[in-house]
This record gives sequence, C-alpha cells and structure tokens, in this order.
Amino acid sequence: MTTAVGAATRPLVSIRNVSKQFANGTIAIRGVDLDLRDGEFVSLLGPSGCGKSTLLRIIAGLGAPSAGTVEWPTASHDVSGEAHPDHGFVFQDPTLMPWANALKNTMLPLTLAGVGNGEAEQHSAEMLALVGLKGFEKSYPRELSGGMKMRVSIARALVTHPKILLMDEPFAALDEITRHKLNDDLLALWWQNRFTAVFVTHSVFESVYLSQRIVVMAARPGRVMADLRSEAPYPRDALFRTSPEYAHLCRVASGTLREAIAA
Amino acid sequence: MSEVAQRAPLPNPPPLAGEGRIGAHDGTDAEARPVFAEERRILGVRASSWPGIIAPLVIGILALTAWELTVRLKGIPHYILPGPLLIAQTLWNDWGTLSQSLLITLRITFAALIAAIVVGVALAIIFTQSKWLEKSLFPYAVILQVTPVVSIAPLIIIWVGDINLSLLICAWIVAFFPILSNTILGLNSADHNLINLFQLYRASRWQTLRYLRLPAALPYFLGGLKISGGLALIGAVVAEFVAGTGGSASGLAYRILESGYRLQIPRMFAALIMISLTGIAIFFLTSWIAHLALRHWHESAVRREN
Repeated sequence: MTTAVGAATRPLVSIRNVSKQFANGTIAIRGVDLDLRDGEFVSLLGPSGCGKSTLLRIIAGLGAPSAGTVEWPTASHDVSGEAHPDHGFVFQDPTLMPWANALKNTMLPLTLAGVGNGEAEQHSAEMLALVGLKGFEKSYPRELSGGMKMRVSIARALVTHPKILLMDEPFAALDEITRHKLNDDLLALWWQNRFTAVFVTHSVFESVYLSQRIVVMAARPGRVMADLRSEAPYPRDALFRTSPEYAHLCRVASGTLREAIAA
Repeated sequence: MSEVAQRAPLPNPPPLAGEGRIGAHDGTDAEARPVFAEERRILGVRASSWPGIIAPLVIGILALTAWELTVRLKGIPHYILPGPLLIAQTLWNDWGTLSQSLLITLRITFAALIAAIVVGVALAIIFTQSKWLEKSLFPYAVILQVTPVVSIAPLIIIWVGDINLSLLICAWIVAFFPILSNTILGLNSADHNLINLFQLYRASRWQTLRYLRLPAALPYFLGGLKISGGLALIGAVVAEFVAGTGGSASGLAYRILESGYRLQIPRMFAALIMISLTGIAIFFLTSWIAHLALRHWHESAVRREN
C-alpha cells in the first residue's frame, strides 16, 4: 500500500447513496457510496451501461444526482454553501475547439477564469511541454494525431493544477501502442503532480496497470460491486505488465467484473 | 531510431512486442499526424485548379464565337440580337452612364448586405439567448422571407417615401434571411461536450458566446453570407425595376428598362452583363472571405492527402 491512501482523515470527495434516474425512467446508478481520498488513483471499471460515466459527470457537477449527496469536505464553498471544487475533466473525445491552436485550447480554463493572456500563455506552454507537445503550440487540432489531441485535452484539464482529474475513457479510441504510451505519461504526470485521478474504463488491463484502487461496477441498475486495492508500487513501467503481481490483479479484477456482468 | 539501435543491448527480461517505444521517437505520437496536400502553384493558383479555370473559359470563348458568327452570317438585326462584339463596343462607349448606374446599384447592394449581416447576426444571437423570443419572432422572419419582394416593393416605396431607403429595405428583406437562419443553426451547433466543459469552468453566458458559440457559428454564417451576397444584388435590381426611377441617379435595372423602351438592345445586354459580372464578383469576394476565415481549421477549407 502506498502512503497516499488512508493517510488523510477527511476524503476529498464523499459520495453518499447517490442515485440517478433519467427523465425516461432509466435508472443509471442506484445507491452509490464512495469516498475518494486525496492523491489516489482510482479506476471505475465496468461494462457499458453500468453508469460509470454518469457517476463521473455527477462528481464533476455536470448534472445533479436524483438522490444522495456529493460532498467536498476540503474544497472552498461560496456564501450559498455550494462547493467550488477545482477539477479537470477529460472527455472520451479530445473535445478541442477546432478554430483554436493547441496553446489557445490549453489556455481556455485560465481565460475563462479571467487570467491575463501573458500569464495564461506561459502556464499553458509549460503544461503542453509537460505532456510532450513542446513545439506544437501553434498547431491546430486537425494537424495533430489522435494521441496528440488527447494530450492537449489532458494539458487543458491540468493547466489549472486541479486537485482532481476526472477522465471518461480518455484513451478508448486510441490504438494500443499509443494507449500504452499515454498510460505511462499519465502515470508520470500523476506521480509528479499528485492530483487525485478518477479514471473511467472498461479495460481490466488498463485499470490494473494504472490504479491503486479499482471500483468495479455492475449494470442495470449501475451500482458498485467491489472496491479492489492494488499494493503494486509505483513507478510502474512496461515490466509491470509482465509481473506475476499484474497477472494476479488482472485475474482478480476480471473475476469480479465477470460477476458484475452476470449479476 | 534505426532497427539496429532498437535491438541493441537487451535489458533483462526483454520487452515484449508492442511494449517498446515503437513510433514514439521524439516522445510524442507526432508521426501519426495527418498529412496535408502541398501543391505546386502556377501564378498563385494551385496546379490542380487550372483545368477548372481553363475549361469553362474555352467553352465561353467557343460559345461567344458561335454567337458572333450566327449573328453575322444570318444577318440578325441588332435590335433583336446583338453580337458580343457590338455589346462590348456599347459597354465601352456607354461606360460613363453605365458605370454610374453600376455604382448606384452597388451602393444599395452593399448597404443592404451590411444591414443584413448586422440585423441577421444580432437577431440570431438574441434568438439563441431566449427560446421565447425565437419562438415568437422567427415565424415573422419566415413570412418576410417567403413574401415575394416584387409584390411588397410598391408598398414600401409608397410608405417610406425616400427612394434609396426603399430600395435598401427591399434588398435587405431578400438578403437577411439566409444569414439569420444559418447563424442560428451555427450558434446551436457547438459541440455539446465543449458546452459541458464551459459549464464545468463556470463560464458566463457572454464567455460561452464569445469563446464557443460565435466561433462555432462562423462557418455557418459564412455559408449564409455567400447566399446573401447574391441575394442582396438580386433584391436591389428587382426593387429598382419596381421603382423604375428616371434621371441620372438610377441603377442598372433602370438602364435595362430604359434600353427596352428605346430598343437599344446592345445597351440592355451590356447592363445585363454588368449585373452578372457584379454577382460573380460578389460571390468570389464572399468565398474569399470565407476561405481566409476558415483556412486554418475548417474541413471545408482543407485538402487532405488520402
């Protein structure tokens, strides 16, 4: 077990009995309880339709839960008592503005927060360099490969140095080689910056490779089936993928996922 | 990195296939970037565009030659059908009067187009901010659009009094609808994930409009502008026909009417050609503006290598 988990007494996010029912009656998730701790890397693993993306969006504040609460005990609150957590969000698609170059896209959260152009440009250029895109600041999205667009998307999410990075199957559309590379780079960014990472995926291997904690979800209605912990140390690299520990974790996670699908 | 360098001293245990850094030479996945066509240019025009310029030119010259020959060989009188050479000659001789009329028509056309842009975009922004306003007012915009301008032009001329203002209003009525409807469509077609992202960062309405909806609407607006440019000219000419004002301060449409009464058919053709050329020039101008505005990012302005 790494030190980050369990060290803090108060969780960063406290999700209590959260349910979401859509207008058409579909119950996306029911009765989800989950605490996310500062600095941990958590994967939400489950079959499609298990509500993992819905849960992620609720954590992000995009759409309120039908029942239950999402609390941010350590975040700043405004006068009305509404929490203002600082989070970054990475969508399944890069979701870049096609009319803006990589730098302008990365700057967006700072621009919206009223940060001056010069300062925003400097921070954004640094962040682009961190995700391996130095020299591509002036490139437009259409000039970049799928993997590079995803890097811009990650740079944009991290440019405000958020406490929590929420990712909704960010690498699902990429080829395996690019995905492995981006997994490694994401881990390095997380290791250096120590934000809390919540990573939605349907890949057992990806979740085991990345996470300290794998929350397995079942569908119809979406609910948490198991909360698995991984003791494997970081930094993890390609060798980890061939280790007995990795194989063992994959077996456990696959088994739980199979139960979740059957349930 | 060469094949040899990649296989050089193996660590223990060796990495499996697919685990290495294949295709990541510079630490990014930059090699997978799309390739864009870089083409040779002749006189500033893409080499592959030249056939598209030359072919219609050849057809045009052939048609004009056939026209001239038919008129000459059959001895068709010029008050029935003048040959292209006579029309060109008339254009040259009457340039003073005709160019003055062209200027008047152009002034109304561009004033109407600018008014159409201002009102069309402003209404589109207001409509997308308030669904109720859109629901209450949009039907009237449609009514304005579907009513033939010829049929309401006399009324407008009577009501407004000032002839130039009447012409401007008529041309504006014809021109503004494509800009309005296209811009509304554009403002509403911003990527919903991007809209979510703006919500996530608590962007204000104004920020969402400025940084997201307006840029997303630009290609649609420019598409509307291309249509409206031509329509403004048509609206101006139609209104001039209805108004039929005499004197020196009259547009090209009046020159056509006048030439018709006086059986100056070559002059009629000359005025007609000026209107057509003006329409073509407006089309190229708006296309060029669209190209300049979109060349960096929009698919319509990009050539991809397959």
